[in-house]
Amino acid sequence: MGFNFNIIVEYAPFLLKGTLVTIGLSLSGILIGTLLGLAIGLGKMVKNKWLASPFHLYVTFFRGTPLFVQILLIHFGVVPLFNGETNGFAAAIIALSLNAAAYIAEIFRAGIQSLENGQMEAARSLGMSNAQAMRHVILPQAFTRMIPPLGNEFIVLLKESSLASIVTAPEIMYWARAMNGQYYKVWEPYLSAALIYLLLTMSLSYLLTRLERRLETA
Amino acid sequence: MIKIQGLKKSFGANEVLKDINLEIKPQEVVVVIGPSGSGKSTLLRCINLLETICGGHVYIEGKDITDKKNDINKMRAEVGMVFQQFNLFPHKTVIENIMMAPRKVRKVSEKAAREKGMYLLGKVGLQEKADAYPNSLSGGQKQRVAIARALAMEPKIMLFDEPTSALDPEVVGEVLEVMKQLALEGMTMVVVTHEMGFAREVGDRVIFMDGGYIVEENAPIELFSNPRQDRTQAFLSKVL
Repeated sequence: MGFNFNIIVEYAPFLLKGTLVTIGLSLSGILIGTLLGLAIGLGKMVKNKWLASPFHLYVTFFRGTPLFVQILLIHFGVVPLFNGETNGFAAAIIALSLNAAAYIAEIFRAGIQSLENGQMEAARSLGMSNAQAMRHVILPQAFTRMIPPLGNEFIVLLKESSLASIVTAPEIMYWARAMNGQYYKVWEPYLSAALIYLLLTMSLSYLLTRLERRLETA
Repeated sequence: MIKIQGLKKSFGANEVLKDINLEIKPQEVVVVIGPSGSGKSTLLRCINLLETICGGHVYIEGKDITDKKNDINKMRAEVGMVFQQFNLFPHKTVIENIMMAPRKVRKVSEKAAREKGMYLLGKVGLQEKADAYPNSLSGGQKQRVAIARALAMEPKIMLFDEPTSALDPEVVGEVLEVMKQLALEGMTMVVVTHEMGFAREVGDRVIFMDGGYIVEENAPIELFSNPRQDRTQAFLSKVL
């Protein structure tokens, strides 16, 4: 039982397509999750307890249950409810986004609350509204502090997108499992997949480090 | 110009301001002194509604700032505040710090805001630092920028909350000099400070606070040379 490069070559076009799907899933998750996470993070900071409680509940649920379970619930439960039929790719994007949003909400909240109170007070004392102070004073500074933990979250999200294979979204792991099923081989499919993920996470982490440096010098 | 009636403020069970009555006339420089925890800073922060007021009224030019019908942002824009910790915006250059509020709140044009900002920087002697970031400035320079930033809104009153307490001794003078200049130009000022020399030289009136009350107020010469209350005497004997 030698290492069979031929089956990797045979599956290469599929793995490449799978890589594009993985990138698509991850970018969508990052984008939607970040926007949603910002809104939820701000919602959690509302002073009124009743208004803030749905946001607390959201974070508790999505951080407190496995992504695997969430994907299954959304794929077989939520999406068919609205759409009549289900779609693995859409379900995966929804689940990844909703899950990431919960973590990103906490990153935003921590970033904003790590700023000294004096920044908000100075802005307000100059006559700026709460929204103006947030937009021009608090958020730009908080964002710089959020880059490292956000980067972590993006890398986790990229790797967790592999769970989408379970609902037949044709990403990297979907094709690796297909390869495994066809040839009853372990090393070829899974090492190939591991290598692709490693390349993706290393590129992402490189980009994030550069962004971080750029913001630091600004 | 400012009228404070029966002002009360508590943090939980801790009553910080018990019953403050005070009137400040236009162009007057009022210096507030007192031991730490006496409520001086809280009084200042109440005038700007940075603290929610528990009782009483604060009128600025006849308008009650505790009345929810009045626009708090508009009223704050008329009251400049300088903080002990400067609170400059570290992600913006000096000139951007000064231009931000006039641009966003008063909707002044970019050009006009910059001109005004440069004029004010000249006034505090820091024109050459316009494009520097706050972190590259000394404490005294930071505080002078903070004063220029507050002045850019053309406030009717300036509040100073221990403006020199976080500074190295050798730069205290440059900040006090800017404040003195401002007083000479007729700015209405309320200054919380431990600088008794400044109080004596620049203040029109000195207020001594202790335990949440105004214990004594008088012209500086009177209050420093001839304090009537025991608590004032005890405090002054420690700091003078």
